[in-house]
Amino acid sequence: MSVKLTILKQMEQVAQEHGRILAPLNDELVLANCGLDSLGFAVLVARLEDTLGVDPFTAAEDGFFPVTLGEFVKVYEHGRR
Amino acid sequence: MNMAGVEAPSLRAYVANAPAARFIWDRAAAARFTDLDRGTSLGGRLADLAGRSVLVATASQLTTALALIELDGRARRLVILPPDVEADHLGAVMAAAEIDAVVTDGGARQHAAFELPVRVSCAPSIAPRDETPPAAVRTEWVLLTSGTTGVPKMVVHDLAGLTAAIINRSAAGGAAIWGTFYDIRRYGGLQIFLRAILGGASLVLSSAGEPVADHLARLAQHGVTHLSGTPSHWRRALMIPAIRTIAPRYVRLSGEIADQAILDALRAVFPQPAIGHAYASTEAGVAFAVDDGLAGFPTAFAETIRGGVEMKIVDGSLRIRSPGTASRYVGNGQTLADADGFVDTGDIVERRGDRYYFAGRKGGIINIGGLKVHPEEIEAVINRHPQVRMSLVRPKRSPITGSIVVADVVLKSQGEGVSSGQTAVKDDILKLCRAALPRHKVPAAISFVPSLPVAATGKLARRLG
Repeated sequence: MSVKLTILKQMEQVAQEHGRILAPLNDELVLANCGLDSLGFAVLVARLEDTLGVDPFTAAEDGFFPVTLGEFVKVYEHGRR
Repeated sequence: MNMAGVEAPSLRAYVANAPAARFIWDRAAAARFTDLDRGTSLGGRLADLAGRSVLVATASQLTTALALIELDGRARRLVILPPDVEADHLGAVMAAAEIDAVVTDGGARQHAAFELPVRVSCAPSIAPRDETPPAAVRTEWVLLTSGTTGVPKMVVHDLAGLTAAIINRSAAGGAAIWGTFYDIRRYGGLQIFLRAILGGASLVLSSAGEPVADHLARLAQHGVTHLSGTPSHWRRALMIPAIRTIAPRYVRLSGEIADQAILDALRAVFPQPAIGHAYASTEAGVAFAVDDGLAGFPTAFAETIRGGVEMKIVDGSLRIRSPGTASRYVGNGQTLADADGFVDTGDIVERRGDRYYFAGRKGGIINIGGLKVHPEEIEAVINRHPQVRMSLVRPKRSPITGSIVVADVVLKSQGEGVSSGQTAVKDDILKLCRAALPRHKVPAAISFVPSLPVAATGKLARRLG
């Protein structure tokens, strides 16, 4: 499964568990508007660390925080190399 | 200004004779609170509340702020009810605090326990008042801790203690606009409210259910100059493009451990402003602020008395004695400080070089975006599953909320290796947790392990988070 697909599937899973409705997912979507709250997002990042083996937030040295879903996916694609 | 005794200035003294109008804003209203000098938000019913033990049970932060300004120095006791106190605990809180009057604001917050003979409504606006203010008293301020389980603790302060760490008391500071992601009904947020009032500033508050992006837009619109929140608040805000529309002069973090990553992330977005992280607790008061952009705090802070604040470290845990320390708890008979007047914060510090770093909570309490969690409570739920032998709930570092909880579980029958049966058990356990626990206490991940380390005491060996 591609990194992107893994992320999208996990977002749907977390949204369902937390009783939230996701916005239509596309690269331009601003993460803050995706439908997950802070806690949902924290759970998502923890699960992605388990499945993809990276926590790009903690690894980032320049304090970069992705704003859009496209940037978020890219962080994982790069972190994996 | 810092006089002792009954003559200590009340909050209204900082509002009187203001050189310029100052405001408190939320999403719905703008209150020119400097008008409280000669006005009322309580329908002119201050006399009914004078000398009483008043529960401030308002739904909005704005009406809370106005009620506090009007009531300080008039009510015998002000008990500030945070928005998330469980209804089951209201009766116990009100009885222990001898509440004999309630202030509400007609908002969404309703409860049968609020139906006392003396019940006053607070408006988000200020009307002229002709009554003569009742006699001045020294008001006890009672704050509730963000408890983990059971009835929240009620911590007694007075205004002098609550404002002991506030140095800037210039009424001419009118240009400052404070903003906070906190709720002012908790200690951290109350500090920001008091800083604004004493420092001659205006204040931007959030409204219940307001999206962070909207709040940021309002902060930008009002030209916020000083902005405060927990590291979790800031991590959330950093993910919203509107963060770049604000230009604060001062960025403040408190309430959780500020790690180097969040300090650097804020520095990247705000190259110019002063960025400080403060350390405080409801019981200990404000202890110090660190302004050098680095995580932790210099060991020198603990070796000298600064601003009346003394620190000592006992068994790794930070203890604090200061003019801002609370005096006692209401009701529960527990002592708040040790024999020498030091409060044990329960925060474990580790020395590395010439700095102390925070290493987690004594007793393993986990802090999830400001909400405190006892791992034992979650383990108790997991252990209810018939196939679970034991479990260990532990914090996992999260870049978003500081920590989240994950669980290591030992099953009664294993040896079959990983099987589809285990996946079903995992789902089952999570279902159990979701039914019994609030969302932040449900483990983000469950791992099956062959055994768990047990210490010599017979207790699960918990690592510091």
